[in-house]
Amino acid sequence: MAAVASLLDAQPGVGRTHFPAKAKNVIFLFMGGGPSHVDLFDPKPILRHRHGEEMPPSILGTQRVTLMTRNQGHFKTASTPFRFRKVGQAGHDMSDLWVHLPQVADELTFIRSLHTEPINHDPAVTLMQTGRPESGLPAMGSWLSYGLGSENRDLPAYIVMMSGTFDQPITTRYFHSGFLPSQHQGVHFQAAGDPVFYLSNPAGIAPAARGEIVAGINDLNRLRHAQVHDPEIETRINAFELAFRMQTSVPELMNIRDETQATLDRYGPDVNNPSTFARQALLARRLVERGVRFVQLFHRGWDAHSSVIAHTRRQVRDVDQPIAALIRDLKTRGLLDSTLVIWGGEFGRTAYGQGDLSGEFGRDHHPRCFTCFLAGGGIKPGVVLGATDEFGYNIVGPKIHVNDLHATILHLLGIDHLRLTYRHAGRDFRLTDVAGEVVPEVLA
Amino acid sequence: MTRRSVVWMLVGVCVAGASIWYARELTLSTSVPPLPEKPSANSVAVDFKRDILPILSGKCYSCHGPDQTARKGGLRLDQRDAALKPIGWSAPAIVPGKSADSEVIRRILSDDDDERMPPKKTGKPLTDAEKDLLQRWIDQGAEYQLHWAFVKPERAKLPVVKDKAWVKNEIDAFVLAKLEAAGLAPAPQADRVTLIRRLSLDLRGLPPTLGEIDAFLADDSRDAYEKLVNRMLDSPRYGEKMALLWLDLARFGDTSGYHQDSTRQMYLWRDWVINAFNQNMPFDQFTIMQLAGDLLPNAGDQQKIASGFNRNTRFNEEGGVDPEEYVIRYNIDRTNTLGQVWLGLTLGCAECHTHKYDPISHKEYYQLFAYFTGITEPMVEGESVHGRPLPPLLMVPTPEQAKALTNLRKDLAHVEEVIAKELQRYSAAYKDPYESKTVPEIVLLNLYLKSQLAWEAQAKDSLKPPTPVRDALQIEPAKRDATKNKVVRDYYLRKVHAEFRKELAPFEEDYEDFTRKIRQIENAIPYTLISEEMAIPRHAHVLIRGDFLQKGERVERGVPAVLSPLPKDGPKNRLGLVRWLVSPEHPLTGRVTVNRLWAQMFGTGLVRTLGDFGSQGDYPSHPELLDWLAAEFVLPRPTGNASPGNSAWDVKVLLRTIALSATYQQSSIYLHDSAKIDPLNRLLSHSPRHRLSAEEIRDSALAIAGVLSNKIGGPSFMPYQPSDFYKFKNEAWVWTSSDGDDQYRRGMYVFWRRTALHPMFVTLDAPTREECVVSRPRTNTPLGALVTLNDPTFVEAARVFAQRILTQGPKEHDARLAFAFRTATCRAPSETELKILRHRFEQQRARFAADPDAASRLVNAGQYARDASLEVSELAAWTTLCNLVLNLDEVLTRE
Repeated sequence: MAAVASLLDAQPGVGRTHFPAKAKNVIFLFMGGGPSHVDLFDPKPILRHRHGEEMPPSILGTQRVTLMTRNQGHFKTASTPFRFRKVGQAGHDMSDLWVHLPQVADELTFIRSLHTEPINHDPAVTLMQTGRPESGLPAMGSWLSYGLGSENRDLPAYIVMMSGTFDQPITTRYFHSGFLPSQHQGVHFQAAGDPVFYLSNPAGIAPAARGEIVAGINDLNRLRHAQVHDPEIETRINAFELAFRMQTSVPELMNIRDETQATLDRYGPDVNNPSTFARQALLARRLVERGVRFVQLFHRGWDAHSSVIAHTRRQVRDVDQPIAALIRDLKTRGLLDSTLVIWGGEFGRTAYGQGDLSGEFGRDHHPRCFTCFLAGGGIKPGVVLGATDEFGYNIVGPKIHVNDLHATILHLLGIDHLRLTYRHAGRDFRLTDVAGEVVPEVLA
Repeated sequence: MTRRSVVWMLVGVCVAGASIWYARELTLSTSVPPLPEKPSANSVAVDFKRDILPILSGKCYSCHGPDQTARKGGLRLDQRDAALKPIGWSAPAIVPGKSADSEVIRRILSDDDDERMPPKKTGKPLTDAEKDLLQRWIDQGAEYQLHWAFVKPERAKLPVVKDKAWVKNEIDAFVLAKLEAAGLAPAPQADRVTLIRRLSLDLRGLPPTLGEIDAFLADDSRDAYEKLVNRMLDSPRYGEKMALLWLDLARFGDTSGYHQDSTRQMYLWRDWVINAFNQNMPFDQFTIMQLAGDLLPNAGDQQKIASGFNRNTRFNEEGGVDPEEYVIRYNIDRTNTLGQVWLGLTLGCAECHTHKYDPISHKEYYQLFAYFTGITEPMVEGESVHGRPLPPLLMVPTPEQAKALTNLRKDLAHVEEVIAKELQRYSAAYKDPYESKTVPEIVLLNLYLKSQLAWEAQAKDSLKPPTPVRDALQIEPAKRDATKNKVVRDYYLRKVHAEFRKELAPFEEDYEDFTRKIRQIENAIPYTLISEEMAIPRHAHVLIRGDFLQKGERVERGVPAVLSPLPKDGPKNRLGLVRWLVSPEHPLTGRVTVNRLWAQMFGTGLVRTLGDFGSQGDYPSHPELLDWLAAEFVLPRPTGNASPGNSAWDVKVLLRTIALSATYQQSSIYLHDSAKIDPLNRLLSHSPRHRLSAEEIRDSALAIAGVLSNKIGGPSFMPYQPSDFYKFKNEAWVWTSSDGDDQYRRGMYVFWRRTALHPMFVTLDAPTREECVVSRPRTNTPLGALVTLNDPTFVEAARVFAQRILTQGPKEHDARLAFAFRTATCRAPSETELKILRHRFEQQRARFAADPDAASRLVNAGQYARDASLEVSELAAWTTLCNLVLNLDEVLTRE
C-alpha cells in the first residue's frame, strides 16, 4: 500500500499526520434513530421494580423533553424485558438479545457517559456527523479525507452505505463535505443498481469501446492543453482515466464471489442480500482492505417511539451477527489493529415509557446519556468508561461529549483535532468546533 | 497554497505514482498569497487597511478584539485609544512613533516562549515580515483606519497608464495600472469565436448557435462586438442565467428541507426573478420587493410573490420539534442570508457571541434578527402540517382557471337561487302532519321522511347534518329565532323530506357538480409562499450562545453602529431595513453586488470571498476599481442626457461596461511568465478559464444536441434520475421523469429536493440550497467524468446530436466530423484533431458493424423519437462520437 497521500501537503496546517497514527481506517456503524441503551448495554434493574411508577423528579430534573412526551402527561418508568449478563473476560454488560457479539466482547470498549445536546433526530445526527447541530459543516469522514487523503487511487476516501427499516431520512447533508472542497464528500455506494452513480456504461457501449472513447477525449484534451497550457486540463485527463479504472475496480470490490463460504457463513444468511447490514459489513471490510479511509454504514430503524421491545429485537437481529463477524474478520486478517470500529447512534432513549405502559410502549429520544462502543486500532479493549444513574437517565461523574469522541477518533488517526482546520467565512473551522478533549481512558 | 500550485503539485504526485484520489480546482484558496505590489522596502508607507488590519485581525483579535468575553489581559487592539492606554503597571501596548517602547513589539519579538505573542498554542506565529510591518507601522505613527469596506466607496481618479491605446474604458485603466506596476502586459484580445462563446455563457448560460457565430463573424461593422453584447443582454435567456445565480443566494428549493422534506410550491417566485432580470429591474427595487414587497403601500400580487424570498428558508414539520426553536432558526437563516447576500458579512459568527473580528456585537446581530420576527409562520405547537401548503400563501389562478371559476360560480349562484326560490315555495306549503298530535315515539322514528318533528327527534344527536344545522338543532324549536328555524327547515326540506327532496334532486345534482368542479379547480390553482407581517411581532432577545432556551436582554430593531445610520423617519420594519440597505450612503450593498457581478464575468470577484467583506475577508485585488464600479452602480454620474448609463442600480449597464472592457476581452491562454509573478491571476493579465456550472453543462449538451426546450418559467420538472436514488433515503418520495419537451428543460428548472439533490447536480458541485451559498466550488473528479459520460441525459443528448448531424449536417464524412466538433466547441477542428476524430469514429463503426445488437441498444437511449430512416450501426457510431465530443474539456469549460 502506498504511503499516505501527499495531498496533505496541499493543506496549510495539516501535516502528514501530527503524530504517529494508531489507526489508518475507520468503520463507523451508525445506528440511526437512537438505540435504547437501557435495553442493550446499560443494565438498570430498577426499571423493572418501578415499572409504571412516575420517574422521581430528582432524576427527571428540568431537562428538555420532546413535545411528544411533554404532551402525554406522564413520565412513567418503563421496564425492560431483556436480561443482562456479564460477557467476556472484561465482564461487559450485554442484554440477552446479543447472541453473537459476546464472542468478540474482549475486543470492545464501552463509553456509557456519552452525551449530546439536540433532542431531535436531524440536529442530533448532524452533530454526531459534523460536530455541530446546524447543517452545512463537513462530515467527519470528509475531514479525514481532507486531512489524510485516500490510500487507494481508484476509490473515494469516504464511502457511505445504508440499510435498515425506514424511520428517519438519511439525507445527503449528513455525509457532505460542507465548505471543504467537494471531492471530500462521502460517496454513497448503492445496494442495488450501480454502486456508484453512472458507473455503468450505457447499453450498447462495451468496456473496450468506452476505453477507446476516453482515450479519444484525452488525446484531444492533450492537444488543447498544448495550446492553452491550463493545468486544469491535466486534472481532467487524470479524472477521466480514473473514472475508467473505477468501472473495473468498483464492481470487483462489490462482487463477493471470491469470499469463502466460511466467511459468508460468519456474517449470516442476510449476507446474500445486497441491501442488508450483513452484506454492507462485509463490504466495509473489503473497503478498508483496499485502503478506504472512512466507511460509514447507516443502519436505520432504532427510533422506537412505540413497541421498543419488538423494535430493539428486530434491530439487534439485523446487526448482531454481522458486527461480531466483521470484528473477527478484521482480526483474522490483521486489519483490526489499523482499523477503528465505532458503534453508536445519535442519542439514547428514555428510561420512561412513551404511550400506554400496559401495552406496546416505546421510549423517547434521550440526549442526556447514551452508550457507544469502540474496537480496534489504538483502543484499549475491555474498558467500561463512565456511568449513569440508577435509571440510566443522567450521567454520574465525568461526561464525554460527542466533540470529545471526535477528538479521540482524530487522535487515533494521528491528528491533533485543534490543528486540523480549514479557513471558511473568515475563520478557521475544525471538526470539534470550539470544544473536544481526547479521552485518554480508552486509548491503548 | 495557491490554486495553480495545488494543481501542479498534484500533477507531480500523479506522475510520481503516489496515491491520490481527486485532483481539484480550488476557487477559494485557504491562504492568500501576497499581492505582487506589497510594500517591502522600508521607505514605502505602511497601509493600515491593507497591511496591518489583516495581521491584527487574523492573529490578535480573537483574544484582543471586539469580543469582551474572550478578551485576555484587558488588552484591546481593535481600537486605537484602547491600545495606547497603559494597562496596570505595564507599558502601553502601542506608543505611536516608538516601536521600541511599545509593549506589543516587545512581546512579539520575545525569545521567551511564555511571553511571546501570539501564544504558541494558537498555532498562528507571526512571520518576520509581519513583525517588521507592525514595527514600521508604529514607527510611522500607528494610525488606525476604519476597515475599508465600512467606508462609503468614492470614485478614485483614474490612474495614468503607459499603454493608453489598450484602454477601452475605465475598468482597463485600473487594471492596466496594476499590471504595469507589476511588470506584466495584458494578453492579446481573444478571437471572435472565443468572445461570442464566452459572452453567451457568461450572460445566457448557453453556448451560441452556429448561426449566431456565423452572423458575428460576418459582421464587419465597427460596433459588431457592442451589438453582440446588447443582443446577449436582450435575450430572454439572460434572465434565466441571472436567476440561476440568484437561486443559490436565495436558497431556493422545491422541498422544505428538514425531516420528511415535503414538496412546496415556489416557482412563481422563481418566475418573478427571471422576469425582473429580463426587464432589468433596478437592483434596489429588486431588493426591496424581495425583502419587504409585502410591506409596500398597496402591495399587489407581484410584490407579494417577490416577498416569498423570505419564505425560501427551510421548514421543519417534524412532530416532536418545538416550533419556537425553529421560528428562531428561520430568522437566524434570514439574518445570515441578509449578511451574505447584501452586506457581505459573516454575521453568523455573532449568532453565539460578539464577532471576533468585525465590529458586530452579539446584541447588534439580534437587532438585525429582530427585523424578521414579524414574519408569520405556518406552524403552531401541536399542529401537524406534514406535506400541506405552508401559509401565508398567495393563490394565483391561471387565466383559464380564473375564467372557469367565474363561470362556475355564476352557475352555482344561479342554481342556488333556484333552490332558494323552490325552498320558499315548499316552506310556505309545508305543514308538519304530526304537529300537535301525540304519536308514540317508536312510530315517530319511522316518520322522518314526512315529518320534520320526527326527523328532529333523531337528528339532534346525529353528527350527519352540517355544523350550523346541528347547532340550531341543539336549541328547542320554540326557542329558536327565525333565522335558525329557517336553517333547520331548509335543510330538512332539501335533504330529508321524501317528496321535496325528490323534486329538488336535479338542482341538487347541479349544485353538487358545480361545487365539486370549483373545489377541483381551486385545489389546482398555483400558489406561492409569501411574507406577511404579524400585527405584533415576536419579541427578540439576545440568545446566549445562540441557544433559544437561554434568552438574554430583549432587543429592538436596529442596524450595526459601524455601518451607515438608518434613514431618518423610516418605518421600523423590514421596509425600513431595506431602505437602509439600498441607501446611497450604505458602504456595503453596492460593493458586494458589483463584486458578485464581476465574479459572474471573471469566475471570481475582485474580493474573492464574495460573502465576506469583513476584516477576515479577502483584500480586494483592485480596491479603487471596486469602489469606482460600486459608485457608478449606486450613484451614476449625471450625463445630462437620457442615455441608459445614468440610471441607478442598473445591472445590465454594469455587465455591459464589464463586457466592453479590454480586460474582459483578453485571451484566456495561460501564460507561464505571469504565473510566476501572479499565480492566481489576480491582476488579470489574461482572461480566466474555468469549468461550467452543473446546470450549464447540462444545458450545453442539450443545446448542442438541438433538443433544449425554450420554455421559460413554470413548475419544476424531473430529469432522468437513477431509480434507486431514494431507496434508503426516504422511500416515500416519488420521482417521475418528465415527458416530452419538459424533459429537455434547462437545469435551473430541475426539481430541487434539498435533502437528496439529484446526483448529477451534487457531483458537479451544485449546492443543496439548504442555506444561502455565495459561490460554488468547481471540481474535476472521476465521479464528474462518469456523469457526463454515462448519465442517460448526456447519452440521449449524444444520440439526438448524432441524429441531427446525419439529417441536418453536411453529407461528406470529414465535413460531418468537423460539423460535430464545431457545433460543440464553436470552432473548426485542426487537421490533427480531425485525424483523431476519424480514427476513433472508425473504431466505433467497426464495433457496431460487428455487433448490431449493441448498436440497436445504444440508439434507443432516452425517450426522444428516433429517426427510423437512419441506419442503426451508423447512428450508433455517431452517437459514440458525439459522446466523445460532448466530453471535451473545451465543451465543459468557459474559455
